[in-house]
Amino acid sequence: MKQAVQKSVLAHVLLVVLSAVFILPFLWLVSTSLKPDAEIFREGIHLLPDRPTLSHYLKGIESYNFPHFLKNTAVICFLSVLGTLLSCSLAAYGFAMVNWRGREISFYVLLATMMLPPQVTMVPVFMIFRELGWINTILPLVAPCFFGNAFYIFLLRQFYLSIPRDLIDAARIDGCHDFRIWANIVLPLSKPALATVGLFAFLYAWNDFLGPLIYLMDEDKYTLSLGLAMLRGQYFSDWGSLMAVSALMVIPIIILFFFTQKTFIQGIKTTGLTG
Amino acid sequence: MNRSSLATGLMFISPCLVGLLVFMVYPVVASFYFSFCDYMIFDSPRFIGLDNYGELVNDPLFWTSLYNTLYYTLIAVPGGMLFAFLLALILNMKVRGMAFYRTIFFLPSIIPIVASSVLWVWILNPQYGLVNMLLIRLGIPNPPGWLSDPAWSKPALILMSLWGAGGTLVIYLAALQDIPVQLYEAAELDGAHAWHKIRHITIPTASPVLFFTLIMGLITSLQYFTQAYVMTSGGPGNSTRFFAFYLFDNAFQYFRMGYASAMAWILFLVIVVSTFLVFRFTGKYVHYAGR
Repeated sequence: MKQAVQKSVLAHVLLVVLSAVFILPFLWLVSTSLKPDAEIFREGIHLLPDRPTLSHYLKGIESYNFPHFLKNTAVICFLSVLGTLLSCSLAAYGFAMVNWRGREISFYVLLATMMLPPQVTMVPVFMIFRELGWINTILPLVAPCFFGNAFYIFLLRQFYLSIPRDLIDAARIDGCHDFRIWANIVLPLSKPALATVGLFAFLYAWNDFLGPLIYLMDEDKYTLSLGLAMLRGQYFSDWGSLMAVSALMVIPIIILFFFTQKTFIQGIKTTGLTG
Repeated sequence: MNRSSLATGLMFISPCLVGLLVFMVYPVVASFYFSFCDYMIFDSPRFIGLDNYGELVNDPLFWTSLYNTLYYTLIAVPGGMLFAFLLALILNMKVRGMAFYRTIFFLPSIIPIVASSVLWVWILNPQYGLVNMLLIRLGIPNPPGWLSDPAWSKPALILMSLWGAGGTLVIYLAALQDIPVQLYEAAELDGAHAWHKIRHITIPTASPVLFFTLIMGLITSLQYFTQAYVMTSGGPGNSTRFFAFYLFDNAFQYFRMGYASAMAWILFLVIVVSTFLVFRFTGKYVHYAGR
Protein backbone atom coordinates (compact mmCIF):
# COMPACT_ATOMS: atom_id res chain seq x y z
CA MET A 1 0.00 0.00 0.00
CA LYS A 2 2.73 2.43 1.02
CA GLN A 3 4.61 1.54 -2.14
CA ALA A 4 1.55 2.31 -4.28
CA VAL A 5 1.21 5.74 -2.67
CA GLN A 6 4.89 6.47 -3.28
CA LYS A 7 4.53 5.44 -6.89
CA SER A 8 1.52 7.67 -7.46
CA VAL A 9 3.29 10.64 -5.84
CA LEU A 10 6.30 10.06 -8.05
CA ALA A 11 4.08 9.86 -11.14
CA HIS A 12 2.36 13.10 -10.21
CA VAL A 13 5.61 14.96 -9.63
CA LEU A 14 6.90 13.75 -12.99
CA LEU A 15 3.69 14.77 -14.74
CA VAL A 16 3.60 18.22 -13.15
CA VAL A 17 7.21 18.91 -14.14
CA LEU A 18 6.78 17.58 -17.68
CA SER A 19 3.52 19.38 -18.33
CA ALA A 20 5.13 22.59 -17.08
CA VAL A 21 7.90 22.03 -19.64
CA PHE A 22 5.29 21.41 -22.35
CA ILE A 23 3.23 24.48 -21.54
CA LEU A 24 6.17 26.83 -21.05
CA PRO A 25 6.62 27.57 -24.80
CA PHE A 26 2.96 28.66 -24.98
CA LEU A 27 3.40 30.95 -21.98
CA TRP A 28 6.58 32.34 -23.51
CA LEU A 29 4.70 33.00 -26.75
CA VAL A 30 1.98 34.99 -25.01
CA SER A 31 4.43 36.67 -22.65
CA THR A 32 6.70 37.89 -25.46
CA SER A 33 3.75 39.15 -27.49
CA LEU A 34 2.65 41.35 -24.58
CA LYS A 35 6.06 42.80 -23.70
CA PRO A 36 7.43 46.12 -24.97
CA ASP A 37 10.63 45.65 -27.00
CA ALA A 38 12.85 46.83 -24.16
CA GLU A 39 11.61 43.94 -22.01
CA ILE A 40 11.82 41.35 -24.80
CA PHE A 41 15.56 41.84 -25.13
CA ARG A 42 16.46 41.53 -21.50
CA GLU A 43 18.52 38.82 -19.85
CA GLY A 44 16.80 36.50 -17.41
CA ILE A 45 13.42 34.82 -17.35
CA HIS A 46 10.51 37.16 -16.74
CA LEU A 47 7.23 35.48 -17.60
CA LEU A 48 5.05 38.40 -16.53
CA PRO A 49 5.67 41.65 -18.43
CA ASP A 50 6.32 44.68 -16.20
CA ARG A 51 4.42 46.98 -18.54
CA PRO A 52 2.17 44.82 -20.73
CA THR A 53 1.21 46.29 -24.08
CA LEU A 54 -1.08 45.35 -26.96
CA SER A 55 1.00 47.32 -29.47
CA HIS A 56 2.38 44.16 -31.12
CA TYR A 57 -1.13 42.87 -31.73
CA LEU A 58 -2.19 46.19 -33.23
CA LYS A 59 0.88 46.17 -35.44
CA GLY A 60 0.20 42.58 -36.49
CA ILE A 61 -3.38 43.43 -37.37
CA GLU A 62 -2.80 46.81 -38.96
CA SER A 63 0.53 46.72 -40.77
CA TYR A 64 1.12 42.98 -41.10
CA ASN A 65 -2.06 42.24 -43.02
CA PHE A 66 -3.31 39.63 -40.57
CA PRO A 67 -7.06 40.11 -41.30
CA HIS A 68 -6.39 39.63 -44.99
CA PHE A 69 -4.41 36.42 -44.48
CA LEU A 70 -7.18 35.22 -42.15
CA LYS A 71 -9.84 35.82 -44.78
CA ASN A 72 -7.86 33.96 -47.47
CA THR A 73 -7.28 31.05 -45.09
CA ALA A 74 -10.94 30.92 -44.09
CA VAL A 75 -12.07 30.71 -47.73
CA ILE A 76 -9.62 27.87 -48.44
CA CYS A 77 -10.63 26.05 -45.24
CA PHE A 78 -14.34 26.31 -46.04
CA LEU A 79 -13.99 25.02 -49.61
CA SER A 80 -11.59 22.25 -48.55
CA VAL A 81 -13.95 20.96 -45.87
CA LEU A 82 -16.95 21.16 -48.20
CA GLY A 83 -15.17 19.34 -51.03
CA THR A 84 -13.67 16.70 -48.76
CA LEU A 85 -16.96 15.86 -47.04
CA LEU A 86 -18.85 15.67 -50.31
CA SER A 87 -16.42 13.64 -52.39
CA CYS A 88 -15.25 11.33 -49.61
CA SER A 89 -18.69 10.48 -48.27
CA LEU A 90 -19.90 9.70 -51.81
CA ALA A 91 -16.90 7.47 -52.49
CA ALA A 92 -17.17 5.78 -49.10
CA TYR A 93 -20.80 4.95 -49.88
CA GLY A 94 -19.73 3.42 -53.19
CA PHE A 95 -17.11 1.32 -51.39
CA ALA A 96 -19.24 0.28 -48.41
CA MET A 97 -22.87 0.10 -49.49
CA VAL A 98 -22.92 -0.88 -53.17
CA ASN A 99 -21.75 -4.30 -54.38
CA TRP A 100 -19.95 -4.06 -57.68
CA ARG A 101 -17.36 -6.07 -59.49
CA GLY A 102 -13.85 -4.76 -58.85
CA ARG A 103 -14.83 -2.93 -55.69
CA GLU A 104 -12.29 -4.56 -53.38
CA ILE A 105 -9.35 -4.24 -55.75
CA SER A 106 -10.19 -0.57 -56.46
CA PHE A 107 -10.32 0.10 -52.75
CA TYR A 108 -6.91 -1.45 -52.16
CA VAL A 109 -5.40 0.48 -55.07
CA LEU A 110 -6.77 3.63 -53.45
CA LEU A 111 -5.26 2.69 -50.08
CA ALA A 112 -1.91 1.91 -51.69
CA THR A 113 -1.65 5.51 -52.92
CA MET A 114 -1.25 6.61 -49.30
CA MET A 115 2.24 5.07 -49.32
CA LEU A 116 3.33 7.38 -52.12
CA PRO A 117 5.19 10.50 -50.91
CA PRO A 118 3.55 13.65 -52.32
CA GLN A 119 6.94 14.71 -53.72
CA VAL A 120 6.55 12.08 -56.45
CA THR A 121 3.37 13.62 -57.83
CA MET A 122 4.28 17.23 -56.95
CA VAL A 123 5.98 18.20 -60.23
CA PRO A 124 3.44 16.77 -62.74
CA VAL A 125 0.51 18.07 -60.66
CA PHE A 126 2.12 21.51 -60.68
CA MET A 127 2.46 21.31 -64.47
CA ILE A 128 -1.24 20.36 -64.80
CA PHE A 129 -2.31 23.40 -62.79
CA ARG A 130 0.11 25.55 -64.77
CA GLU A 131 -1.45 24.37 -68.04
CA LEU A 132 -4.87 25.24 -66.62
CA GLY A 133 -3.62 28.72 -65.73
CA TRP A 134 -4.43 28.15 -62.05
CA ILE A 135 -1.08 29.24 -60.61
CA ASN A 136 -1.47 32.13 -58.15
CA THR A 137 -5.11 31.18 -57.46
CA ILE A 138 -6.55 29.12 -54.63
CA LEU A 139 -7.88 26.51 -57.08
CA PRO A 140 -4.85 24.13 -56.84
CA LEU A 141 -5.36 24.13 -53.06
CA VAL A 142 -9.12 23.46 -52.99
CA ALA A 143 -10.02 21.70 -56.26
CA PRO A 144 -8.27 18.39 -55.37
CA CYS A 145 -10.44 18.19 -52.21
CA PHE A 146 -13.48 17.69 -54.44
CA PHE A 147 -11.90 14.53 -55.88
CA GLY A 148 -11.53 12.39 -52.79
CA ASN A 149 -8.77 11.52 -50.36
CA ALA A 150 -7.79 7.91 -49.66
CA PHE A 151 -7.34 8.43 -45.95
CA TYR A 152 -10.71 10.08 -45.29
CA ILE A 153 -12.53 7.63 -47.57
CA PHE A 154 -11.02 4.80 -45.56
CA LEU A 155 -12.16 6.39 -42.31
CA LEU A 156 -15.73 7.00 -43.53
CA ARG A 157 -16.00 3.55 -45.11
CA GLN A 158 -15.10 1.94 -41.76
CA PHE A 159 -17.91 3.90 -40.18
CA TYR A 160 -20.45 3.11 -42.91
CA LEU A 161 -19.73 -0.61 -42.54
CA SER A 162 -21.05 -0.38 -38.98
CA ILE A 163 -24.43 0.93 -40.17
CA PRO A 164 -26.96 -1.98 -40.19
CA ARG A 165 -27.36 -3.27 -43.74
CA ASP A 166 -31.03 -4.13 -43.06
CA LEU A 167 -31.75 -0.42 -42.92
CA ILE A 168 -30.27 0.13 -46.37
CA ASP A 169 -31.92 -2.98 -47.84
CA ALA A 170 -35.31 -1.98 -46.42
CA ALA A 171 -35.00 1.44 -48.03
CA ARG A 172 -34.06 -0.16 -51.34
CA ILE A 173 -37.07 -2.49 -51.20
CA ASP A 174 -39.24 0.57 -50.60
CA GLY A 175 -37.90 1.85 -53.91
CA CYS A 176 -35.50 4.41 -52.48
CA HIS A 177 -32.77 5.41 -54.88
CA ASP A 178 -29.13 5.01 -53.72
CA PHE A 179 -28.50 8.72 -53.94
CA ARG A 180 -31.42 9.37 -51.59
CA ILE A 181 -30.26 6.62 -49.22
CA TRP A 182 -26.89 8.36 -49.08
CA ALA A 183 -28.42 11.79 -48.48
CA ASN A 184 -31.30 10.89 -46.17
CA ILE A 185 -30.09 7.85 -44.22
CA VAL A 186 -26.33 7.42 -44.34
CA LEU A 187 -25.25 11.06 -44.00
CA PRO A 188 -27.44 11.81 -40.96
CA LEU A 189 -26.30 8.58 -39.29
CA SER A 190 -22.62 9.28 -39.85
CA LYS A 191 -22.41 12.73 -38.28
CA PRO A 192 -19.64 11.78 -35.81
CA ALA A 193 -17.45 10.38 -38.58
CA LEU A 194 -18.17 13.38 -40.81
CA ALA A 195 -17.24 15.67 -37.92
CA THR A 196 -13.90 13.90 -37.55
CA VAL A 197 -13.15 14.12 -41.27
CA GLY A 198 -14.30 17.74 -41.45
CA LEU A 199 -12.15 18.65 -38.47
CA PHE A 200 -9.04 17.02 -39.94
CA ALA A 201 -9.66 18.59 -43.36
CA PHE A 202 -10.07 21.99 -41.70
CA LEU A 203 -6.87 21.61 -39.67
CA TYR A 204 -4.95 20.46 -42.72
CA ALA A 205 -6.06 23.49 -44.74
CA TRP A 206 -5.42 25.88 -41.82
CA ASN A 207 -1.92 24.51 -41.21
CA ASP A 208 -0.81 23.67 -44.75
CA PHE A 209 2.38 25.39 -45.82
CA LEU A 210 3.86 23.58 -48.83
CA GLY A 211 0.70 23.98 -50.97
CA PRO A 212 0.38 27.77 -50.55
CA LEU A 213 4.17 28.11 -50.87
CA ILE A 214 4.14 26.43 -54.27
CA TYR A 215 0.97 27.93 -55.72
CA LEU A 216 0.44 31.41 -54.24
CA MET A 217 2.71 34.17 -55.54
CA ASP A 218 1.13 37.53 -54.62
CA GLU A 219 1.16 38.62 -51.03
CA ASP A 220 -2.52 39.56 -51.10
CA LYS A 221 -3.35 35.90 -51.77
CA TYR A 222 -1.23 34.49 -48.90
CA THR A 223 -2.66 32.27 -46.17
CA LEU A 224 -1.81 32.65 -42.48
CA SER A 225 0.95 30.00 -42.62
CA LEU A 226 2.57 31.51 -45.68
CA GLY A 227 2.09 35.06 -44.40
CA LEU A 228 3.68 34.28 -41.05
CA ALA A 229 6.65 32.59 -42.74
CA MET A 230 7.10 35.66 -44.94
CA LEU A 231 6.91 38.01 -41.92
CA ARG A 232 9.53 35.88 -40.20
CA GLY A 233 11.81 36.43 -43.20
CA GLN A 234 11.18 40.18 -43.41
CA TYR A 235 10.93 41.27 -39.78
CA PHE A 236 13.23 38.68 -38.24
CA SER A 237 14.04 40.70 -35.14
CA ASP A 238 10.55 42.04 -34.41
CA TRP A 239 9.84 39.15 -32.06
CA GLY A 240 6.96 40.86 -30.28
CA SER A 241 4.91 41.18 -33.47
CA LEU A 242 5.90 37.73 -34.76
CA MET A 243 4.72 36.22 -31.47
CA ALA A 244 1.50 38.27 -31.60
CA VAL A 245 0.69 37.02 -35.11
CA SER A 246 1.60 33.44 -34.09
CA ALA A 247 -0.67 33.73 -31.06
CA LEU A 248 -3.54 34.97 -33.24
CA MET A 249 -3.00 31.95 -35.48
CA VAL A 250 -2.74 29.42 -32.65
CA ILE A 251 -5.57 30.62 -30.41
CA PRO A 252 -8.44 29.67 -32.78
CA ILE A 253 -7.01 26.14 -33.01
CA ILE A 254 -6.81 25.81 -29.23
CA ILE A 255 -10.38 27.09 -28.82
CA LEU A 256 -11.54 24.70 -31.54
CA PHE A 257 -9.76 21.88 -29.75
CA PHE A 258 -11.55 22.53 -26.47
CA PHE A 259 -14.94 22.44 -28.19
CA THR A 260 -14.21 19.32 -30.21
CA GLN A 261 -11.93 17.41 -27.87
CA LYS A 262 -13.94 14.18 -28.03
CA THR A 263 -14.08 14.17 -31.83
CA PHE A 264 -10.38 14.88 -31.90
CA ILE A 265 -9.27 12.16 -29.52
CA GLN A 266 -11.65 9.67 -31.12
CA GLY A 267 -10.33 10.50 -34.57
CA ILE A 268 -6.70 10.18 -33.51
CA LYS A 269 -7.40 6.84 -31.87
CA THR A 270 -9.23 5.34 -34.84
CA THR A 271 -6.89 6.61 -37.51
CA GLY A 272 -3.53 7.07 -35.89
CA LEU A 273 -3.21 10.44 -37.58
CA THR A 274 -0.79 12.81 -35.90
CA GLY A 275 0.15 16.39 -36.58
CA MET B 1 -24.51 -8.09 -58.36
CA ASN B 2 -25.68 -6.85 -61.71
CA ARG B 3 -24.83 -4.26 -64.24
CA SER B 4 -26.88 -1.55 -62.60
CA SER B 5 -25.07 -1.92 -59.26
CA LEU B 6 -21.77 -1.56 -61.13
CA ALA B 7 -23.09 1.67 -62.62
CA THR B 8 -24.29 2.86 -59.21
CA GLY B 9 -20.96 2.03 -57.57
CA LEU B 10 -19.00 3.79 -60.28
CA MET B 11 -21.29 6.79 -60.07
CA PHE B 12 -20.58 7.17 -56.35
CA ILE B 13 -16.84 6.79 -56.67
CA SER B 14 -16.55 8.78 -59.91
CA PRO B 15 -15.16 11.97 -58.32
CA CYS B 16 -12.63 9.87 -56.45
CA LEU B 17 -11.84 7.87 -59.61
CA VAL B 18 -11.20 11.05 -61.60
CA GLY B 19 -9.02 12.32 -58.75
CA LEU B 20 -7.08 9.08 -58.68
CA LEU B 21 -6.40 9.24 -62.42
CA VAL B 22 -5.59 12.97 -62.61
CA PHE B 23 -3.73 13.49 -59.33
CA MET B 24 -2.14 10.06 -58.87
CA VAL B 25 -1.91 7.70 -61.85
CA TYR B 26 -0.97 10.25 -64.50
CA PRO B 27 1.47 12.18 -62.24
CA VAL B 28 3.23 8.97 -61.15
CA VAL B 29 3.76 7.89 -64.76
CA ALA B 30 4.74 11.42 -65.84
CA SER B 31 7.10 11.91 -62.90
CA PHE B 32 8.85 8.61 -63.68
CA TYR B 33 9.32 9.74 -67.30
CA PHE B 34 10.45 13.26 -66.27
CA SER B 35 13.13 11.73 -64.05
CA PHE B 36 14.84 10.59 -67.27
CA CYS B 37 14.47 14.00 -68.89
CA ASP B 38 16.16 17.35 -69.01
CA TYR B 39 13.10 19.39 -68.13
CA MET B 40 13.38 23.07 -67.36
CA ILE B 41 9.97 24.41 -66.50
CA PHE B 42 9.58 26.60 -69.61
CA ASP B 43 10.82 24.04 -72.15
CA SER B 44 9.38 20.68 -73.06
CA PRO B 45 11.00 17.59 -71.54
CA ARG B 46 13.95 16.09 -73.47
CA PHE B 47 14.89 12.45 -72.84
CA ILE B 48 18.43 12.11 -71.48
CA GLY B 49 18.39 8.57 -70.06
CA LEU B 50 20.03 8.12 -66.68
CA ASP B 51 21.87 11.47 -66.69
CA ASN B 52 19.85 12.97 -63.82
CA TYR B 53 20.62 10.00 -61.61
CA GLY B 54 24.27 10.12 -62.65
CA GLU B 55 24.44 13.80 -61.77
CA LEU B 56 22.78 13.17 -58.40
CA VAL B 57 25.40 10.59 -57.44
CA ASN B 58 28.07 13.24 -58.04
CA ASP B 59 26.14 16.07 -56.35
CA PRO B 60 27.62 16.68 -52.87
CA LEU B 61 24.50 18.54 -51.74
CA PHE B 62 22.37 15.49 -52.63
CA TRP B 63 24.45 13.38 -50.24
CA THR B 64 24.43 16.10 -47.57
CA SER B 65 20.64 16.36 -47.73
CA LEU B 66 20.29 12.57 -47.60
CA TYR B 67 22.63 12.41 -44.60
CA ASN B 68 20.75 15.20 -42.79
CA THR B 69 17.43 13.47 -43.38
CA LEU B 70 18.64 10.06 -42.19
CA TYR B 71 20.31 11.67 -39.14
CA TYR B 72 17.07 13.39 -38.22
CA THR B 73 14.89 10.33 -38.90
CA LEU B 74 17.06 7.82 -37.08
CA ILE B 75 17.06 9.90 -33.88
CA ALA B 76 13.74 11.78 -33.95
CA VAL B 77 11.51 8.79 -34.79
CA PRO B 78 12.70 6.27 -32.16
CA GLY B 79 13.29 9.10 -29.68
CA GLY B 80 9.79 10.46 -30.12
CA MET B 81 8.28 6.98 -29.84
CA LEU B 82 10.18 6.20 -26.65
CA PHE B 83 9.27 9.54 -25.13
CA ALA B 84 5.58 9.18 -26.04
CA PHE B 85 5.50 5.59 -24.78
CA LEU B 86 7.03 6.48 -21.40
CA LEU B 87 4.57 9.35 -20.99
CA ALA B 88 1.70 7.02 -21.92
CA LEU B 89 2.88 4.47 -19.34
CA ILE B 90 2.87 7.15 -16.65
CA LEU B 91 -0.53 8.52 -17.70
CA ASN B 92 -1.93 5.00 -17.74
CA MET B 93 -1.15 4.54 -14.02
CA LYS B 94 -4.67 5.80 -13.33
CA VAL B 95 -3.34 9.10 -12.03
CA ARG B 96 -5.96 11.70 -11.23
CA GLY B 97 -6.32 14.35 -13.91
CA MET B 98 -5.25 12.06 -16.75
CA ALA B 99 -7.46 13.86 -19.31
CA PHE B 100 -6.00 17.20 -18.24
CA TYR B 101 -2.39 16.08 -18.68
CA ARG B 102 -3.27 14.38 -21.96
CA THR B 103 -4.64 17.70 -23.26
CA ILE B 104 -1.48 19.56 -22.30
CA PHE B 105 0.80 17.04 -23.99
CA PHE B 106 -1.44 16.86 -27.04
CA LEU B 107 -1.88 20.58 -27.75
CA PRO B 108 1.56 21.26 -29.28
CA SER B 109 0.96 18.59 -31.92
CA ILE B 110 -2.08 20.32 -33.44
CA ILE B 111 -0.91 23.92 -33.66
CA PRO B 112 0.21 25.10 -37.12
CA ILE B 113 3.76 24.01 -37.94
CA VAL B 114 4.71 27.48 -39.17
CA ALA B 115 3.57 29.03 -35.88
CA SER B 116 5.43 26.48 -33.75
CA SER B 117 8.49 26.90 -35.97
CA VAL B 118 8.56 30.68 -35.52
CA LEU B 119 7.99 30.23 -31.78
CA TRP B 120 10.89 27.79 -31.50
CA VAL B 121 13.28 30.05 -33.38
CA TRP B 122 12.63 32.56 -30.63
CA ILE B 123 12.82 29.96 -27.84
CA LEU B 124 16.15 28.70 -29.20
CA ASN B 125 17.56 32.22 -29.69
CA PRO B 126 21.15 31.92 -28.38
CA GLN B 127 21.05 35.15 -26.39
CA TYR B 128 17.47 35.88 -25.34
CA GLY B 129 15.84 32.48 -25.87
CA LEU B 130 14.03 30.61 -23.13
CA VAL B 131 16.11 27.44 -23.47
CA ASN B 132 19.50 29.08 -23.04
CA MET B 133 18.33 31.32 -20.21
CA LEU B 134 17.12 28.21 -18.41
CA LEU B 135 20.43 26.45 -19.09
CA ILE B 136 22.38 29.43 -17.75
CA ARG B 137 20.26 29.44 -14.64
CA LEU B 138 20.94 25.71 -14.25
CA GLY B 139 24.64 26.57 -14.17
CA ILE B 140 25.69 25.89 -17.76
CA PRO B 141 27.79 28.96 -18.62
CA ASN B 142 28.17 28.48 -22.39
CA PRO B 143 24.98 26.95 -23.78
CA PRO B 144 24.98 25.91 -27.45
CA GLY B 145 24.10 28.32 -30.27
CA TRP B 146 21.40 25.85 -31.45
CA LEU B 147 20.11 26.93 -34.86
CA SER B 148 23.14 29.13 -35.55
CA ASP B 149 25.61 26.29 -34.99
CA PRO B 150 25.95 23.55 -37.68
CA ALA B 151 26.73 20.99 -34.98
CA TRP B 152 23.62 21.82 -32.94
CA SER B 153 21.03 22.71 -35.59
CA LYS B 154 19.77 19.16 -36.16
CA PRO B 155 19.69 18.28 -32.43
CA ALA B 156 17.70 21.51 -31.94
CA LEU B 157 15.11 20.40 -34.51
CA ILE B 158 14.95 16.95 -32.89
CA LEU B 159 14.40 18.56 -29.48
CA MET B 160 11.57 20.58 -30.96
CA SER B 161 10.03 17.45 -32.50
CA LEU B 162 9.72 15.89 -29.02
CA TRP B 163 7.46 18.78 -28.08
CA GLY B 164 5.10 17.57 -30.83
CA ALA B 165 5.06 13.92 -29.71
CA GLY B 166 1.61 14.29 -28.13
CA GLY B 167 -0.26 12.83 -31.11
CA THR B 168 1.66 9.57 -30.76
CA LEU B 169 1.08 9.69 -27.02
CA VAL B 170 -2.70 9.76 -27.53
CA ILE B 171 -2.51 6.68 -29.79
CA TYR B 172 -0.35 4.79 -27.27
CA LEU B 173 -2.56 5.76 -24.37
CA ALA B 174 -5.64 4.46 -26.20
CA ALA B 175 -3.82 1.18 -26.89
CA LEU B 176 -2.69 0.82 -23.27
CA GLN B 177 -6.21 1.43 -22.01
CA ASP B 178 -7.48 -1.41 -24.21
CA ILE B 179 -5.25 -3.97 -22.50
CA PRO B 180 -7.44 -6.22 -20.29
CA VAL B 181 -6.73 -5.67 -16.59
CA GLN B 182 -6.98 -9.44 -16.01
CA LEU B 183 -3.66 -9.93 -17.81
CA TYR B 184 -1.88 -7.74 -15.28
CA GLU B 185 -3.73 -9.29 -12.34
CA ALA B 186 -2.78 -12.79 -13.45
CA ALA B 187 0.84 -11.71 -13.84
CA GLU B 188 0.83 -10.13 -10.37
CA LEU B 189 -0.45 -13.40 -8.87
CA ASP B 190 2.50 -15.10 -10.50
CA GLY B 191 4.80 -12.56 -8.82
CA ALA B 192 5.64 -10.38 -11.84
CA HIS B 193 7.31 -7.02 -11.19
CA ALA B 194 6.53 -3.75 -12.97
CA TRP B 195 9.25 -4.24 -15.57
CA HIS B 196 8.11 -7.82 -16.27
CA LYS B 197 4.58 -6.61 -16.82
CA ILE B 198 5.73 -3.92 -19.23
CA ARG B 199 8.12 -6.24 -21.05
CA HIS B 200 5.82 -9.27 -21.35
CA ILE B 201 2.32 -7.77 -21.39
CA THR B 202 2.30 -4.07 -22.28
CA ILE B 203 4.84 -4.03 -25.11
CA PRO B 204 3.63 -7.19 -26.90
CA THR B 205 -0.02 -6.12 -26.66
CA ALA B 206 0.74 -2.62 -27.88
CA SER B 207 3.15 -3.85 -30.57
CA PRO B 208 0.78 -3.39 -33.57
CA VAL B 209 0.36 0.26 -32.60
CA LEU B 210 4.09 0.72 -32.01
CA PHE B 211 4.73 -0.84 -35.40
CA PHE B 212 2.16 1.40 -37.08
CA THR B 213 3.55 4.59 -35.55
CA LEU B 214 7.08 3.53 -36.49
CA ILE B 215 6.13 3.16 -40.17
CA MET B 216 4.12 6.40 -40.22
CA GLY B 217 6.90 8.22 -38.36
CA LEU B 218 9.49 7.04 -40.87
CA ILE B 219 7.42 8.14 -43.86
CA THR B 220 6.71 11.56 -42.34
CA SER B 221 10.28 12.21 -41.16
CA LEU B 222 11.82 11.31 -44.49
CA GLN B 223 9.71 14.17 -45.95
CA TYR B 224 10.76 16.69 -43.27
CA PHE B 225 10.54 20.14 -44.81
CA THR B 226 8.45 22.96 -43.35
CA GLN B 227 10.30 23.46 -40.06
CA ALA B 228 13.67 23.67 -41.78
CA TYR B 229 12.34 26.00 -44.48
CA VAL B 230 10.84 28.43 -41.95
CA MET B 231 13.41 28.18 -39.16
CA THR B 232 16.83 27.93 -40.79
CA SER B 233 16.37 28.21 -44.58
CA GLY B 234 18.59 25.13 -44.74
CA GLY B 235 21.52 26.70 -42.90
CA PRO B 236 23.88 27.14 -41.26
CA GLY B 237 26.17 25.67 -43.88
CA ASN B 238 23.47 23.37 -45.32
CA SER B 239 23.33 21.51 -41.99
CA THR B 240 19.51 21.57 -42.19
CA ARG B 241 19.18 21.19 -45.97
CA PHE B 242 16.95 18.12 -45.78
CA PHE B 243 16.15 15.87 -48.73
CA ALA B 244 12.64 17.22 -49.39
CA PHE B 245 14.04 20.75 -49.02
CA TYR B 246 16.72 20.25 -51.68
CA LEU B 247 14.10 18.59 -53.88
CA PHE B 248 11.85 21.64 -53.46
CA ASP B 249 14.79 23.93 -54.31
CA ASN B 250 15.49 22.05 -57.52
CA ALA B 251 11.84 22.11 -58.59
CA PHE B 252 10.73 25.58 -57.56
CA GLN B 253 13.91 27.66 -57.17
CA TYR B 254 16.02 26.31 -60.06
CA PHE B 255 13.01 24.96 -62.04
CA ARG B 256 14.86 21.72 -62.79
CA MET B 257 11.75 19.55 -62.93
CA GLY B 258 13.54 16.46 -64.28
CA TYR B 259 16.25 16.56 -61.62
CA ALA B 260 13.64 17.09 -58.89
CA SER B 261 11.60 14.15 -60.21
CA ALA B 262 14.66 11.90 -60.06
CA MET B 263 15.11 12.97 -56.42
CA ALA B 264 11.45 12.18 -55.73
CA TRP B 265 11.90 8.63 -57.00
CA ILE B 266 14.98 8.17 -54.86
CA LEU B 267 12.93 9.39 -51.89
CA PHE B 268 10.25 6.85 -52.75
CA LEU B 269 12.91 4.15 -52.97
CA VAL B 270 14.30 5.12 -49.54
CA ILE B 271 10.79 4.96 -48.07
CA VAL B 272 10.07 1.56 -49.64
CA VAL B 273 13.40 0.10 -48.52
CA SER B 274 13.12 1.39 -44.95
CA THR B 275 9.52 0.18 -44.67
CA PHE B 276 10.63 -3.21 -45.94
CA LEU B 277 13.48 -3.32 -43.42
CA VAL B 278 11.10 -2.47 -40.58
CA PHE B 279 8.75 -5.26 -41.68
CA ARG B 280 11.63 -7.68 -42.03
CA PHE B 281 13.27 -7.02 -38.67
CA THR B 282 10.42 -6.10 -36.36
CA GLY B 283 7.53 -7.90 -38.03
CA LYS B 284 8.12 -11.08 -36.07
CA TYR B 285 7.85 -9.20 -32.77
CA VAL B 286 4.48 -7.74 -33.64
CA HIS B 287 1.75 -9.59 -31.83
CA TYR B 288 -1.82 -9.53 -33.07
CA ALA B 289 -4.40 -10.60 -30.52
CA GLY B 290 -6.35 -13.67 -31.54
CA ARG B 291 -3.77 -15.02 -34.00
